Amino acid sequence: MLLNIVQGVNETLRGEMKRNADVVLLGEDIGKNGGVFRATAGLLDEFGSERVIDTPVAEDGIIGMAIGMSLYGLEPVVEIQFLDFIYPGFNQIVSELAKVRYRSGGHYPAHVVIRAPAGGGIKGGLYHSQSTEAYFTHTPGLLVATPSTPYDTMGLLRTAIRGSDPVIFLEPKRVYRTVKEEIPEDDYAIPFGEAKVMQEGDDVTLVSWGAMVHTCKAAADLAAKENISVELIDMRTLMPFDIETVLTSVRKTGRVVIAHEATKISGFGGEIAAQISERAIDSLEAPIIRSAGFDTPFPYALEGTYMPSPERVLRSIRKSAGY
Amino acid sequence: MEILQIIKADGDFDPKLEPEISEQDLLKMHKQMLTVRKFNERGMPLQRQGRIGFFMESTGQEACQVGSANALTPKDWAFPSYRDPGICLVRGVPLSTLWDQMMGNSVDESKGRSLPTHWSFKKWNIVTLSSPIGSKLLHAVGVAYAAKHKRDKVVAFASLGEGATSQGEFHAAMNFAGVYRTPVVFFCENNQYAISLPVRRQTASASIAVKAEAYGFEGFQIDGNDILAVYKATKSAVEKARAGDGPTLIEAITYRMGGHSTSDDPSVYRSSEEVEHWKKRDPILRFTAYLKNKGMLTDQENKRLQEETEQEVSSVVKQRLTVPPPAKSSLFTDVYSEMPWHLQEEADEFMRDEDNAS
Repeated sequence: MLLNIVQGVNETLRGEMKRNADVVLLGEDIGKNGGVFRATAGLLDEFGSERVIDTPVAEDGIIGMAIGMSLYGLEPVVEIQFLDFIYPGFNQIVSELAKVRYRSGGHYPAHVVIRAPAGGGIKGGLYHSQSTEAYFTHTPGLLVATPSTPYDTMGLLRTAIRGSDPVIFLEPKRVYRTVKEEIPEDDYAIPFGEAKVMQEGDDVTLVSWGAMVHTCKAAADLAAKENISVELIDMRTLMPFDIETVLTSVRKTGRVVIAHEATKISGFGGEIAAQISERAIDSLEAPIIRSAGFDTPFPYALEGTYMPSPERVLRSIRKSAGY
Repeated sequence: MEILQIIKADGDFDPKLEPEISEQDLLKMHKQMLTVRKFNERGMPLQRQGRIGFFMESTGQEACQVGSANALTPKDWAFPSYRDPGICLVRGVPLSTLWDQMMGNSVDESKGRSLPTHWSFKKWNIVTLSSPIGSKLLHAVGVAYAAKHKRDKVVAFASLGEGATSQGEFHAAMNFAGVYRTPVVFFCENNQYAISLPVRRQTASASIAVKAEAYGFEGFQIDGNDILAVYKATKSAVEKARAGDGPTLIEAITYRMGGHSTSDDPSVYRSSEEVEHWKKRDPILRFTAYLKNKGMLTDQENKRLQEETEQEVSSVVKQRLTVPPPAKSSLFTDVYSEMPWHLQEEADEFMRDEDNAS
């Protein structure tokens, strides 16, 4: 069936709720309203209000309650309306969700999946646009998924819900409806920690994740017109992350550009760059270049200027190729 | 607001209010309070000797811990605060297990990862707690929600200090508990101080209990140094929750006789007159007087019990001090259900270097 990403999320949630009666959903406006992006549309009617739980507007409450539900044996899947709204629940994620397994010696693991639409490009201003995945990759105990396509979103979300670790599941909301894919009918799952080579190439390795992967594809197409062959890698998950696929590519091309929407300083691109230089510095023909969001808060009117465009990524590719 | 009190400071009591507890159980509760007192008396010196890294004393709050925990059943889930060793003891955690946690040794259930008094005892449904206060209240609401969802007659009991009521998560927990009418009991040990700050600087509310009204459920105050009042109030709140009639906030008025932890000197922020005033309201002295009034305890027997308890605690401490610390390799486990490659690599490299260095 042909599905876009938000339909893929909806189908996956439905399937997992049918598969396991302990799966419950919590979030703001996820019931009758079906979520502000309609990711949970129809699920209240199908599963009832005990399993599709509309909550008060309090992210600390939602995430904290989900942790307790998980400790008692439910499988809560939380929707945070926008990633930008997650911070009232940050203490619950960082001090509690990420640490209960460790600090209890493995006796009280909490399995909560937190879905959050992430990234800019929808004219959302400061608080409906950010890409702050690095806050979560910096906290041991959390898994972080950053899919870019309907197929990957569904396969990774199944793995997240069927697993037993806390997951921050970042959905690429800018392409929620624009990217469509033919999806197999079977119940496939995609393991975390396996990157995907989206396009093979010989000259420059381009690493990205989330909605930025589509910007990078456009940049790679522009580069091809200039006879620069780009190998595009979609990381798919950042924790764990697949460094081997990146290294294999870097050993071939010797040149790397890492592109992400998140601000550059302390972004996850810095981690990938460090890993490459620790493991494959002899293969490098050029400095590793990052093409990232500027180190400012996310703006409203100048959103298009702030976010790396295909042209900006192309400039980084040219710089790498020409070094 | 009326404050529930059954035993007066001098041991006199109101027979109309007495809960039904057998003589045997009353004496057991007395012994449990003595054990908490002796536990506390050992914690501070052990920290000063460097045998444990940290300690949080709960002397003066024995009635809160022992009275409340006795009102729970084993299948209920308890979320004690770090000032509640007595809740653990009453639920059946052996003294030796409690000290293993305090020492963070190789047989500690939490593998020595948490600070002393940050309990986690799965077998007794005592849920792991962190140091930021108030955050666990939401977990109790979640457990209660899940129990109700699964049609289990299980109650979640969460203890907190009055300081925690200033946190946003306290508000969220009260609000969610009210909205979903979860079977949860919030038990606030108002011990008058959050580290150095007195309760009047923590809130302008007339009481902690009154806050419950705003969330749509019942809150009331009790004398937290009166173990019978604590037991009776908790029992009724637990029964109410189990019957499906929603949450309760109990405010137990008590006093923290010691400092916040081994890191502060309480004489800096409160007067000795105030401490003396509360010494006269000691929960153990009061219950001792009650038991003597009832003819259940003599001075001689009480003295013997005190010595016996002191001996028990001392011998456990001495014995547990011989248990070795956790193995270095245990540092890396339980971060995830399976160790990710990057952590495995860090662990392997470290262990290899350690082996080579030795």
